[in-house]
Amino acid sequence: MKFLPFIWRNLWRRKVRTLLTLASIAVAFLLYGYLAAIRAGMEAGVTVAGQDRLVVRHKTSIIQTLPVSYLDRIVRIPGVKQAVSCTWFGGIYQEPKNFFPQIPVDPVPYLQMYPEFRLPEEQLKAWLEKRSGAIIGRKTAKKYGFKVGDRIPIQGTIWRRAGNTPVWEFDLVGIYEAADAATDETQLFFRYDYFEEARQDGKGQVGWYVVRVNDPEVSERVARQIDEEFMNSPWETKAESEKAFVQSFAKQVGDIGLITKAIMSAVFFTILLISGNTMAQAVRERTGEIGVLKAIGCTNELTMVLVLAESLFTALVGGGLGLGTAALLIAAWDPTQGALPVFYFPTSDLLWGVALAVLLGLATGFFPSLRALRIGVSEALRRL
Amino acid sequence: MINWLYQLIAVAGFSLRTIPERKGASLAAVFGIAGVVAVLVGVLSIAQGFRRAMVASGSPETVLVLRRGADAEMMSGLQQEEVRLIGNAPGLLRGVAGPAASAELFVVINLPKRTTGTDANVPLRGVELSAFVVRPEVQLIAGRRFEPGRNELLVGRAAAREFAGLDLNATLRIGSADWTVVGIFADGGGIAESEIWTDSRMLQSAYRRGETYQSVYARLESEDAFMTFKDALTADPRLQVDVIRQVDYYAKQSEVLYKLVTGFGTLISVLMGFGALFGALNTMYNAVAVRSREIATLRALGFQTVPVVVSVLAESLALALVGGILGGLGAYLAFNGFEAATLNYQSFSQVAFSFAVTPILLIEGILYSAVIGLLGGLFPAIRAARQPIAMALREL
Repeated sequence: MKFLPFIWRNLWRRKVRTLLTLASIAVAFLLYGYLAAIRAGMEAGVTVAGQDRLVVRHKTSIIQTLPVSYLDRIVRIPGVKQAVSCTWFGGIYQEPKNFFPQIPVDPVPYLQMYPEFRLPEEQLKAWLEKRSGAIIGRKTAKKYGFKVGDRIPIQGTIWRRAGNTPVWEFDLVGIYEAADAATDETQLFFRYDYFEEARQDGKGQVGWYVVRVNDPEVSERVARQIDEEFMNSPWETKAESEKAFVQSFAKQVGDIGLITKAIMSAVFFTILLISGNTMAQAVRERTGEIGVLKAIGCTNELTMVLVLAESLFTALVGGGLGLGTAALLIAAWDPTQGALPVFYFPTSDLLWGVALAVLLGLATGFFPSLRALRIGVSEALRRL
Repeated sequence: MINWLYQLIAVAGFSLRTIPERKGASLAAVFGIAGVVAVLVGVLSIAQGFRRAMVASGSPETVLVLRRGADAEMMSGLQQEEVRLIGNAPGLLRGVAGPAASAELFVVINLPKRTTGTDANVPLRGVELSAFVVRPEVQLIAGRRFEPGRNELLVGRAAAREFAGLDLNATLRIGSADWTVVGIFADGGGIAESEIWTDSRMLQSAYRRGETYQSVYARLESEDAFMTFKDALTADPRLQVDVIRQVDYYAKQSEVLYKLVTGFGTLISVLMGFGALFGALNTMYNAVAVRSREIATLRALGFQTVPVVVSVLAESLALALVGGILGGLGAYLAFNGFEAATLNYQSFSQVAFSFAVTPILLIEGILYSAVIGLLGGLFPAIRAARQPIAMALREL
């Protein structure tokens, strides 16, 4: 403890240099924060996928539909607690770039299936009373300024209304919130019975089923049994865990995790070089002083620790600044303008960031401190 | 003036020749900047490669006809009768076999990606034999063309590479029938290479599409026949269609991803650039500090301020440029031609592409390194020029 002022004074012997090193480390960690948030956004859904939920889709592809009659047959399979159907509506609000998913569902069972979507009780009541009612996620509502009571016109691209009219109108009866930061708040849900009645083609067909099993242990068996149930029918299915389903989507975009890791490694390597070089320079300059320290009775180990403490301090302060700024900025502003369903800084990545800062400090201080450890006293004193 | 130039060259040469004495610091600066440039070029090459795949093979004579208001083939639909009318429009290339127009539809099937083993959406396109007249850049590289009326598949080169089970003579189960891969084709690196082709009538029956299509791909007599063809179709009261050049159609589809990756890459590079700039500043401040006596001696000998400033700048610029060139070369070797596939949201299916490190990207990267080098050298150079001579000499 008594050495703290000593370390402090050493840090500020060359103000500009220390500040620049701090700044470059802070920038690296700011970048780390952004990359973590983007990765989390890209892989959204994988982290919150229910352990006990399965997704059942057409075997050939998700864009092929399944008969609505499968619902009852799925529910009868042992181990299945509940099942709901969903369909990709794929409509356009005003223009194609205003993208948010719209999905027709059966309100009560769907919200039971997904307790992470929180809808106020009275709004659910209103939804059950209004056939053309729809609810929307908080994020999308905020983005387009939707309020309860609004009429939202959506142009159907896949689904047209009877009479070949493309425009559907929904009455907004509720706005749901997500239980945690990792849950998607962008979707619009409207009523399946309204959809079924109004659509021109494809009546009696749905996109996919979500199934809840009694126990995650049996989910593999249940998935197999569902596929066997519909084997050799005109609509064969593929059932898999929700996690695998979401992951395969994320994987289709590309290996985002790998790309972010590659970029991060390049960034850290660069920063390591730059700040390591500065640290080494700072120690070289003070060779004489290290000689004095040793001459007045500091052990080799203590001198080494003093030098290491300096680089650790720099890395931790710089890293802390960077991570803190990242956390603040990410909470305040989304650079992708809502292109990703969620944008937040995951706590686990934050902790990893701190660990990385410690590693950076140890790595940059390693060689200079080794030198401080080994240098002979008389040799060092000659440099005064 | 001549004297001034002579001074400049002498001092700059002096500082460049002494770089080896400050090896450690100089190398760190060089590699720091190389890292930044490599990341910049590497990330932007993803966007370039994707765009190149999307617009590579489209020739200006190839046009696409969709239902009016449909943004993408997925959302379009055309009846048999409309297809016939489109084939009779003026401005189309006509051969012995009839007009160069191919009525097409496409569905998405799931196949496992070779790299991850997870399912991916692969476009399966039903075409007519005239598709090969419409797209002359499509060349068979193995096997033969499909025979109409049989469950036979032609696989694009990139699809065969990215997805499992698409080798020549392999059998696939699609819908309720088995299909055989009879040929592999190339499309000059274009988007068709990510697709699987088959006879459109077989696809209609396999997917219960009746006699409907989604689009007509057609080839014009010449580039300038576009308006003739378009006007004829839009003026026909029996048709409700949009006509668009194939190149424009795919350029529009690639826009979203291109912008996203480019924006993202630029953000990373700017942030990293700051890191490297601080590094360069540090290196140059140190270089000036170490050489303060030398510089003071030079000035005592009568060298003027400007040559001294320029010499420090020259040193940092030289280091930065070496770093920039190294980084650019590194990115070129590591990323150019790197094969990947991603999801095209507009067609909801996979597009295979190769990262493209273009000359323009390399120039951008090296320019960027030069900016970092100049900024990083400027302040230390000013400090060097302002040091009081007497004080600096006393340190001797």
